[in-house]
Amino acid sequence: MSQANPVHSLANVAAAHSASKGDHHIAGTGIEAKNIHAWFGDKHVIDDVSIDFFPGTVTALIGPSGCGKSTFIRILNRMHEFIPTAAMAGEVLLEGKDIYQSGTDVTKIRLGIGMVFQKPNPFPSMTIKENVLSGLKLAQLKVSNQSELLESCLVRAGLWNEVKDRLNEYGGALSGGQQQRLCIARSLAVSPQVLLMDEPCSALDPGSTLRIEETIRELSASMTIIIVTHNMQQAARVSDRTGFFLSDGGPGRLIECSSTSEIFSNPKDKRTEDYVTGRFG
Amino acid sequence: MSTVTIPRPSKPWGVNFKQAIPDVVAAFATLLITYAIVAYTPLKGKLAFVIVLFLVAVIASAAISGIRRDRKAALNSISTVMIYVAGMFVIFPLGSILYEIIRRGIGGLSLGMFSTDMAVTASDAPLSEGGLIHAVVGTFYIVIIASLISVPIGILTALYLTEIKGKAAGTIRFFVQAMSGIPSIVAGLFIYAVWMIALGNQYSAAAGAMALAILMIPTVARTSEEVLKLIPSDLREAGLAMGGTQWRTVAMIVIPAAQSGLITAVILGVARVAGETAPLLLTMGGADALNLNPFAGNSSAIPFYVWKNFLLGTETAIDRAWSGVLVLMIIVLFFFSLTRFLSGRKGRF
Repeated sequence: MSQANPVHSLANVAAAHSASKGDHHIAGTGIEAKNIHAWFGDKHVIDDVSIDFFPGTVTALIGPSGCGKSTFIRILNRMHEFIPTAAMAGEVLLEGKDIYQSGTDVTKIRLGIGMVFQKPNPFPSMTIKENVLSGLKLAQLKVSNQSELLESCLVRAGLWNEVKDRLNEYGGALSGGQQQRLCIARSLAVSPQVLLMDEPCSALDPGSTLRIEETIRELSASMTIIIVTHNMQQAARVSDRTGFFLSDGGPGRLIECSSTSEIFSNPKDKRTEDYVTGRFG
Repeated sequence: MSTVTIPRPSKPWGVNFKQAIPDVVAAFATLLITYAIVAYTPLKGKLAFVIVLFLVAVIASAAISGIRRDRKAALNSISTVMIYVAGMFVIFPLGSILYEIIRRGIGGLSLGMFSTDMAVTASDAPLSEGGLIHAVVGTFYIVIIASLISVPIGILTALYLTEIKGKAAGTIRFFVQAMSGIPSIVAGLFIYAVWMIALGNQYSAAAGAMALAILMIPTVARTSEEVLKLIPSDLREAGLAMGGTQWRTVAMIVIPAAQSGLITAVILGVARVAGETAPLLLTMGGADALNLNPFAGNSSAIPFYVWKNFLLGTETAIDRAWSGVLVLMIIVLFFFSLTRFLSGRKGRF
């Protein structure tokens, strides 16, 4: 066959990427979702999803729209409960403790599990500097050296060189890609153990996307990252493990979750193969 | 070496002089035709002139666009003329009120009127005697006290409705709407009956301010609610996702993002009450002498001063009333500019 096989090309990317990473140093805390169900009103949207997110890895969640990926990651930092009709079942274990246990300090949980949203949303009334440091004020944390933290967060988010001379300008004056990296820097300031990213690049151009992917790779050395993406290449480039969600009209289910090279080269389920090769979805 | 010629910047979408000629001619023709119709037909007077001008303008503009292009263009220009006319209907009364106030009020305006009161001045004394310092001070007192009461209550109500979304939200929204329909005299009567008769307090600027606060709260609350609803929920979620409590998220992110809108809410609230007269008649008692104590004793306010002088009816009193109106207008303008200036320096959305 002379026709290039899309499965193989993506699989090569994924394989090359894991090889380059080698046996990287494992750091941070993992998070484990056990038998998660979710409802909006009477509508069952997630059916029995269990995933163990290992410390220091990047896990990509892929799947067509409406299969519950975003709802799932919002369950991981207790943002699900802000929707009035929402309900859920199951456990989310962070450092072995269920974050849904009664008596849990929710703000502390969210402090440990940062989130980057689909649309860049820097706080409009704050400057770049204030945006990065806003988490400290929100959570009432004290830091001895603010300017050092400011610089290190912006450096890690890959934004420092572009904004170091304009830290007192408003965040809204940046381009979309820069705003998104500002949002990443903002979530880094409170040093989360886990970072959730809900399609962080869907509103960005390829250059900014690449920049953010580099950032994700660098961050994964020190934290556990979970990224929802519609971009298969992105999942292959950036993640160590991939989970495939699918809904057959009913609630979304996890079809399979394993190493990214496995998902792209040798998926166990026919539906996964069809999806990652672009035959549907 | 090739020379690159940079084209001159132009605005091809604009109307150039040549194209504008037919429009200018048409406008003059419209005026002439209208003048002719009014002059040679039984239609007479300014009102007839305005109505005929409107009709001729609609027909002329529709005809011109229709000939130049097509039916769609004709309909478009008819609606354009209608919108211009509607705009003028709004601006014309405003402009004529402003003009009239300035024309009749400017004569009585002098620096002296800001340093004296009417305690020893007779109603028919010349304008060089007496002044309205007592009314200006009273107005400042009541606007400030009413704002101090109603701005926190109004904004907190709006926060309850938009941020907490508690069980009582529907009921509260209903009552706030009902409250905004209260006639101002009823607010005055309420304070008169409760604060003064039942609780035995005397006339004071504070009593007047309480009556005004009743009128101001619903305006502030409803406008603030609309403004807060416009803040994207993304921002709230971002704050909460970073470990902020709801209160800190609202205080640090939502309110600063809505700042300029909230200022507008306060301005609209002040605008609602600054010119109120009826509730003040019942609660402030009126005075001709300066009363610096806002919490006790009869006091005056500018609308009160205007009302009283019109009632006196002498020529100088009526002149005083007009300059009172002008002063009120200047003070309200000053308040608005000050708040806009203060809010314009930081925060944008």
